[in-house]
Amino acid sequence: MSNTDFVLAVEDLTVSFDGFKAVDSLTMYIDKNELRVLVGPNGAGKTTVLDLICGKTKSTAGSIKFNNTELTKLSEHEIVRSGVGRKFQNPSIYENLSVYQNLEVSYPKGRGVFGSLTFKRTKEVEDRVRKVAEDIMLTEFLDMESALLSHGQKQWLEIGMLLMQEPELLMLDEPVAGMSAKERDQTAELLNRICQNRSVIVIEHDMEFVKKIAHKVTVLHQGKILAEGPMEKVQADEKVIEVYLGH
Amino acid sequence: MTLWEKMKASPVLGGKEGVIGLAVLAAIIFVVLPLGVDIFRLNLIGKYLTYAFVAVGLVMLWGHGGILSLGQGIFFGLGGYAMAMFLKLEASDPLSTKIQSTPGIPDFMDWNQLTALPWFWEPFKSLPFTIFAVLTIPALFAYIIGYAMFKRRVGGVYFSIITQAIALILSILIVGQQGYTGGVNGMTDLRTMLGWDIRTDSAKYILYFVNGLLLFGAIFLSKYIMSSKFGMLLLAMRDKEERVRFSGYDVSNFKIFIFCLAAMMSAVGGAMFTLQVGFMSPSFVGIVPSIEMVIFCAVGGRASLIGAVYGTLLVNYGKTVFSETYPEMWLFLMGGLFISVVMFFPSGLAGIWDKYATKYGWFKDKAEPVKKPEVSIAEGEAQAVLTETTPETTLAAKTNDAVIKKATRKKAAPKQTEPAPAIDSNKMRGAEA
Amino acid sequence: MFGYSMADIGNIVVMQGFSGLSMFTVLLLMALGLAIIFGQMGVINMAHGEFMTIGAYTTVLISKVAASYGFTNYYFVFAIAIAFLLAFAVGYFIEFIMIRHLYKRPLDTLLATWGLSLVMQQIFRSSFGAKEVSAELPEWMLGSFKPTPDIDIPINGVFVMVLAALVTFGVYMFMYKSRWGLRVRATVQNRTMAGAVGINTAKVDRVTFALGCGIAGIAGAAFTTIASTGPTTGTLYIVDSFMVVVFGGAASIVGTIASAFGIAQAQSILQFFMTSSMGKVSTLLVIVTILMMKPEGLFASKLRK
Repeated sequence: MSNTDFVLAVEDLTVSFDGFKAVDSLTMYIDKNELRVLVGPNGAGKTTVLDLICGKTKSTAGSIKFNNTELTKLSEHEIVRSGVGRKFQNPSIYENLSVYQNLEVSYPKGRGVFGSLTFKRTKEVEDRVRKVAEDIMLTEFLDMESALLSHGQKQWLEIGMLLMQEPELLMLDEPVAGMSAKERDQTAELLNRICQNRSVIVIEHDMEFVKKIAHKVTVLHQGKILAEGPMEKVQADEKVIEVYLGH
Repeated sequence: MTLWEKMKASPVLGGKEGVIGLAVLAAIIFVVLPLGVDIFRLNLIGKYLTYAFVAVGLVMLWGHGGILSLGQGIFFGLGGYAMAMFLKLEASDPLSTKIQSTPGIPDFMDWNQLTALPWFWEPFKSLPFTIFAVLTIPALFAYIIGYAMFKRRVGGVYFSIITQAIALILSILIVGQQGYTGGVNGMTDLRTMLGWDIRTDSAKYILYFVNGLLLFGAIFLSKYIMSSKFGMLLLAMRDKEERVRFSGYDVSNFKIFIFCLAAMMSAVGGAMFTLQVGFMSPSFVGIVPSIEMVIFCAVGGRASLIGAVYGTLLVNYGKTVFSETYPEMWLFLMGGLFISVVMFFPSGLAGIWDKYATKYGWFKDKAEPVKKPEVSIAEGEAQAVLTETTPETTLAAKTNDAVIKKATRKKAAPKQTEPAPAIDSNKMRGAEA
Repeated sequence: MFGYSMADIGNIVVMQGFSGLSMFTVLLLMALGLAIIFGQMGVINMAHGEFMTIGAYTTVLISKVAASYGFTNYYFVFAIAIAFLLAFAVGYFIEFIMIRHLYKRPLDTLLATWGLSLVMQQIFRSSFGAKEVSAELPEWMLGSFKPTPDIDIPINGVFVMVLAALVTFGVYMFMYKSRWGLRVRATVQNRTMAGAVGINTAKVDRVTFALGCGIAGIAGAAFTTIASTGPTTGTLYIVDSFMVVVFGGAASIVGTIASAFGIAQAQSILQFFMTSSMGKVSTLLVIVTILMMKPEGLFASKLRK
């Protein structure tokens, strides 16, 4: 595979589980500063694509290049360190730590065993935590234990934990699930803000929300790309309409 | 700042409560017990305290990391045997073994028709090597086990079962290889260390104090680790291992490190055991001692370093008393202890102490700073939640000058529907109550 | 090799192999019970060995009663049934008072059941004494076949093997062909959903646990035909049984059978050529090494996570 200008170049990506191809020769390119939304019916392979990119699932064939570095051979933590951040479908935060600590743990220093033993909370860390907390609207909850946050706030906190790492590519699996209408609007603004200097891939079912954020939409169906392009174009696509409405 | 204020402000010690807790323990170990009991009993207590090394290691490994090793006896035994080999060689000089058919080798080798010292015994003629071996061989062994398992993400009950099997293997091996190990009797009749008779009362006093100091060293080291980012990550891993991994950490390395450290502490305990008790046998290596050491830790409070020491003392004292007077009752008691601690007091003595300390407002700190987050107890079962000497204090130390040792224990998160056990309403103040 | 001729070695392998088969059947019956409890419910039952001991003592007692009334030749079938029922009942009770409170805490279950095993051992010791006792075997079970002059095959070994085969078949039918087995598997896979479609998941748990214990009781009955029973009999088998279950891949019956067979045979044959302890050490060492390299066990299937 040749080098490209894309932040992420997924080519001929395939994974099969006992013969079942959950993702089938998928090819997809993500630009710098692009916000891409993956949509598709349940079981279309959306989450599996994110799993493959971040190394949670190993691919059967194909390549994933991030800034022209092959990711398929790296382990999970190496992929993260190269600049890929991943939010899980259910908010995955450390409920037994405070909001502050959740963010601090995600600060990309002291990542080795001995680094973490000598890690000190410097002014720099402190500032960064406060800045991110402001971004994710949790400043006044910093000292609260994170288990007590609302579901929507937990989603934000997890996004904040990713922002702490300043990833170049951010992948969010259903970031507005379980959020109120107001929280959805706030999240849309948040996403539009944070994709200023990074690329973002979002999986989302809520079409209203998708309209607010998507630069481009990729529709997946049975592990393959059904359609790709701006929201209006995809919405008008007959194949897409059939998949969504046909059965 | 006076020394007292400095100590109170130290995040590692755990604020005022932490300092008081340590001071009380130090007073008990170094003043009350030596003055209060005769040397026979003190030596016995010294023996119990060697198990506390294992318990302290388990607090980090199991209480904080959620990794339950049922094989800590392996490391205790390796440390103890390393020391015993040195002492046995010293006790087997050609002069005192001249009646043997091969003088100059340990008696059990002679009984088993060995005619020369096996090669792996040779280096144990040197004390520096022996000390080096106590510190490194068990840790190395733990590294191999830990590397093989944690890199492949074996955890939870599988890790427990496999470490238990390894403990079984090692104990059968030691019993089976009489000629090399002394078999089921172990290595007995140990007398001197570099000519210093360890059986005298004065030696027993000295060893008791050395043991106490080493134990405090282990506790301080653990406190330091728990108050660092490492400690915070350990808790984070117990809760959401995937999230930690996808935040760019190689989770297995952290687990391997803490497993090795716990192994090393156990080995030091084992070596001190041999020195104070004067023998080492396979009955401190296998399945039963390994799992009993877990219960010492659980009785004290699996997340509390100081609690683990009290738990060890208490259970062993009980064991001694009961097995002297009502031997048949002991298994009932021990079994009941396992069941009741797990079912009714998952935070152990530390949890109970804490409940009352909070209820009656003992040790209330004046400066009430940052809200403490809570730490749920172990392996994804967040029903009982208690607070710990979390790293927050270390980290807060930079910004808030006066620190900060108030731990509030709260109800578990609202969404947890599991009926919480008795400790649910406990308040835990300062983890190391 | 070791100073034996090839023919000797052949005979040794057959005879040790056969004595290994007795151990295989006990291990298999123990492991089947564990595989149900651990493989299906994820519960580590450290007291599983003591449920086997319940079965063994039950059989011994019944044999004594039978001997005093002259029924020695027929009691065994009843003994098996009663051993099963008694172990089942105790398991049912234990699940109710203890296990069900700990489902979310697997490591704690392990510790609590260890405590239970200590208590049960002491109960055995207080009731039956520390000395080992043996069952009065029916006459037809004594003696052996001699297919060739050098080979001795004990009849009791054949009997327990047939028993193990029947129980294994029964477990298979129960788990994969019966309505109840379907409920168990549904509960294991999705507890909430199973509850929602009207399965009484608490009851399923209780009966599954009790069933595993009951099978351990049968293992105990089988055990009395090959060795004598003491208060700590069960503990000798617990680690081996866990190794069998983990090695075979926790949820696979075929895996459990294969690994029980492999482990028992390896130990039995190695014990002939080495000392008994080294035979055991080498077998366990091999298993642990393999498990470290292939932690999911030998027969685990690949699943989409």
